[in-house]
Amino acid sequence: MDYATSIHLMGAEIGLSVVALVLLLVTAWTSTKAARGITVAAVAALFGALVFSISLPNGGVPAEAFGGLLRQDGFALFAKALIYIATIACLIVAPTYFERIGGYRGEYAVLMVFNAVGMGMMVSAVDLMTLYIGLELSSLSSYVLASFVRKDQKSSEAGLKYFVLGGLASGIILYGISLVYGFSGTTTYEGVRAAFDANFSTGALFGLVFVLAGLAFKIAAVPFHMWTPDVYEGAPTPVTAFFASAPKVAAVAMLVRMVIIPFGGQVEAWQQIVIFAALASIVVGALGAIGQPNLKRLLAYSSINNVGFILIGLAAATAAGVSGVLVYLAIYVFMTIGSFVALLMLRDAEGNALSTFDDISGLSTSSPVLAWCLLALMFSLAGIPPLFGFWGKFVVFQAAVEADMIALAAIGIAASVIGAFYYIKFIKVMFFDEPKGPAPAKAPVSHWAVLGLCVLVISPLGYLLTPWLGIAADAAAQALFSAA
Amino acid sequence: MEFPILSLMLAVPLIAAIACLFLDAPAARITALFATLINLALGVMLWLNYDIGGAQWQFTESAPLFAGFEYALGIDGIALMLIMLSVFLMPICILASWDSITKRVGEYMAAFLLMEVLMIGVFAAQDLFLFYIFFEAGLIPMYLIIGVWGGDNRIYASYKFFLYTLLGSVLMLIAMLWMVNAAGTSDIPTLMQYDFPPEAQFWLWLAFFASFAVKMPMWPVHTWLPDAHVQAPTAGSVILAGVLLKLGGYGFIRFSLPMFPVASADLAWLVFGLSMVAVIYTSLVALVQDDMKKLIAYSSVAHMAIVTAGLFAFNVQGLEGAMMVMLGHGLVSGALFLCVGVIYDRLHTREIARYGGLSINMPKYALFFLLFTMASIGLPGTSNFIGEFLALAGIYEVSTLVTLVCTTGIILGAAYMLYLYRRVAFGEQKNADAAAMPDLNAREWAMLAPIAAAVLWMGVYPESFLAPMRQDIVALETRLASVAPRYDSALDQGTPREHAANHVVFEGDKEGGH
Repeated sequence: MDYATSIHLMGAEIGLSVVALVLLLVTAWTSTKAARGITVAAVAALFGALVFSISLPNGGVPAEAFGGLLRQDGFALFAKALIYIATIACLIVAPTYFERIGGYRGEYAVLMVFNAVGMGMMVSAVDLMTLYIGLELSSLSSYVLASFVRKDQKSSEAGLKYFVLGGLASGIILYGISLVYGFSGTTTYEGVRAAFDANFSTGALFGLVFVLAGLAFKIAAVPFHMWTPDVYEGAPTPVTAFFASAPKVAAVAMLVRMVIIPFGGQVEAWQQIVIFAALASIVVGALGAIGQPNLKRLLAYSSINNVGFILIGLAAATAAGVSGVLVYLAIYVFMTIGSFVALLMLRDAEGNALSTFDDISGLSTSSPVLAWCLLALMFSLAGIPPLFGFWGKFVVFQAAVEADMIALAAIGIAASVIGAFYYIKFIKVMFFDEPKGPAPAKAPVSHWAVLGLCVLVISPLGYLLTPWLGIAADAAAQALFSAA
Repeated sequence: MEFPILSLMLAVPLIAAIACLFLDAPAARITALFATLINLALGVMLWLNYDIGGAQWQFTESAPLFAGFEYALGIDGIALMLIMLSVFLMPICILASWDSITKRVGEYMAAFLLMEVLMIGVFAAQDLFLFYIFFEAGLIPMYLIIGVWGGDNRIYASYKFFLYTLLGSVLMLIAMLWMVNAAGTSDIPTLMQYDFPPEAQFWLWLAFFASFAVKMPMWPVHTWLPDAHVQAPTAGSVILAGVLLKLGGYGFIRFSLPMFPVASADLAWLVFGLSMVAVIYTSLVALVQDDMKKLIAYSSVAHMAIVTAGLFAFNVQGLEGAMMVMLGHGLVSGALFLCVGVIYDRLHTREIARYGGLSINMPKYALFFLLFTMASIGLPGTSNFIGEFLALAGIYEVSTLVTLVCTTGIILGAAYMLYLYRRVAFGEQKNADAAAMPDLNAREWAMLAPIAAAVLWMGVYPESFLAPMRQDIVALETRLASVAPRYDSALDQGTPREHAANHVVFEGDKEGGH
């Protein structure tokens, strides 16, 4: 394995790092007026990385880079494509938002690109050390992004909370990693797998549990979800849209690779943890949202709820389950970005956010197009066919049933009805109630473009994507299992 | 490849629905009426071209559009009849909403047209998951119809409708996933011939039952229906009673019976028990209602109970009767809701006591109302008589007790319908405003007359409707024959007497005479 191949394989990450460093210098030497230009450059760089990743010639064949530290395979490419798409969408909607509240700065775009590099490493990592470095690179930029609006108390609070709790979670993961290393004597995934297949001691089990607990924090699965509503509510809305999409994809992908490759021989050890987290997330996510008047908090609970469904696919511990997880993630990214962008567009003429149910009462008469888009998004999140969100639930439940976990599937899907309650409440408020608050002001074209694209994907037309999505996700899952 | 008439029937209302969203009120009304009439014409073509006695599945078409399930359409006689019912009622619904809906007309028409797409899709789907998607998607437009254009308590009713039916059907999805995993195909005709292991059938049957019993609705999960009916606008009630309730019965006849025959036979007692309770209980409840729509809603539950009992009789009469009750009830209850709508539009109340003596100032209306009342009771010569008679004859072969109870329900049905008619149409004209109401206008006449004609046609010459279904019902009966349950009607074969009844034993014989 020569360096040229390694560099070629990780070209997207290396290129993005270089771009981010250059943009950082540019930001330092120019005024805030250049911020928009920097954002455009960042979007272009991410788009380039997306195209580069998709067109990597060995898309299906796994290839190691840098002596087995990172691996480029179908699984990593699928996750990276989603990450780049989500990051681009969150960059597109950001400038108008921050300019309105005074002060958009180029650092925002730079941080997003660094974040994307970190996430790319997370999904490619096949060594515990690279995994941790990727995770921290992504997390540290996320902490700063959460508190990006320094003058806003809530934003600072969100950043601090995220930092303290995120730091704790990183510590837990690191402790788990050290235990795993101690009991296996290696940090590579394959090495850990071989060592654990030979001898899986109680200490190694502790390592596994700690690693999973830390990762559960990163994906906001119950019981490590408490930070989510606070951080999602406090962070600026474009950042919240980002948190709910790209880092979640990266963390889930990292978790999947972790349990399938190094811990793949100890399925029964982690399966029960995943099952518990899945069901608990579905139920807590659904119940927690019911009393929420604040829309951002509501969507935060909705994202906890969605993680539960994703974990049901993982609990199956089969290739079909992993494929289901990836399909779900792909659909989820569009649903969640669409929802948050719609929230972003909900502001009155003075620029104040319409952030509660009372504010959006009767939205269907004051802003019908936006209301219909939100209706589609909410029914999709609730998993009601013919919207595409149903397909995500369909594939994960299919995987669970095929793995003979019928009780899990039945309980999970019955609990999804609790979640349906608050989604249809959202629709009730927009469509059945009389208008109370001010009508939302005109939203910029960039917001409409992102929202329109998301709604198009989750509309019934999305089903036309299923053959293509299914093949890509199956290939990605296969890449993971053939390596394991 | 044949002309894809079923896809066209899905496409016409779909395109019109999207168009209606962007049109103003008068244009949306015309577009919706036009689209539904085109679909009615296509439906008539479908019926005329349907080859009675030909292949079981006709007008089949499929396209490899999706992964995991197939876009496959096709109909048999049962589906044909239910599609006809849907396309027949749809233009009438649009007419019924012509004047009474004034706010957000475009969205309203779009919701109705979408409803039509989904109903036709449910009956025409030949793929299990395609069926589920159409089946479940119906919640969205109906939720909006009840919630946006409904009465005062519409929000409670719409929540209840949505969550009840959703909870019912999600478990069915898990059962479907299991079935497809076991059988290796999601093709409905193949699954109808597939023999699932009997112990699995039990659970699968229960999962499907949870969904269809709620849709039907069967006692005790019927409580969403009166709320939804009362709060929905008139046309919403027509569609709900006319077609959506038939989804449950269609589900039983298409899925539960042919796919899980053993479990169906084992659990027939459950269906009979619930049906008996429903017939008596909901009829008694209907008797004391003072809200017209609620009364008709409870009568629907009672009629549907006869359908379920007829379906689980496992013989040709029972199945044919159940289908005929579904078709007849679709027309009659729809028409009754229209009749309520006609006077509701004039007086804006559904309270029975506010009316009275309408036959004096609205003679034409009273005539139509009388015809539909009599049809609902099951008077010979009307559609419901055929269905109820056949269904009860079928049930009688299985259980005398169930027949007895169901027949009592029909007597109670006569009681509450005649009582309703007396209070509304006969007697004194107590209320001046009710006495001043004008008779039917041309639009209302055009709504009620076609249904009246269909009701009489079905009552006088039911063969037109039975013929397309006969082959499919016989096929189903053949599949079910081996497991048909035996209840109290089964002949009790005793041991024959040793001697004739008048045999006398002579004392002398024992002693030995000689």
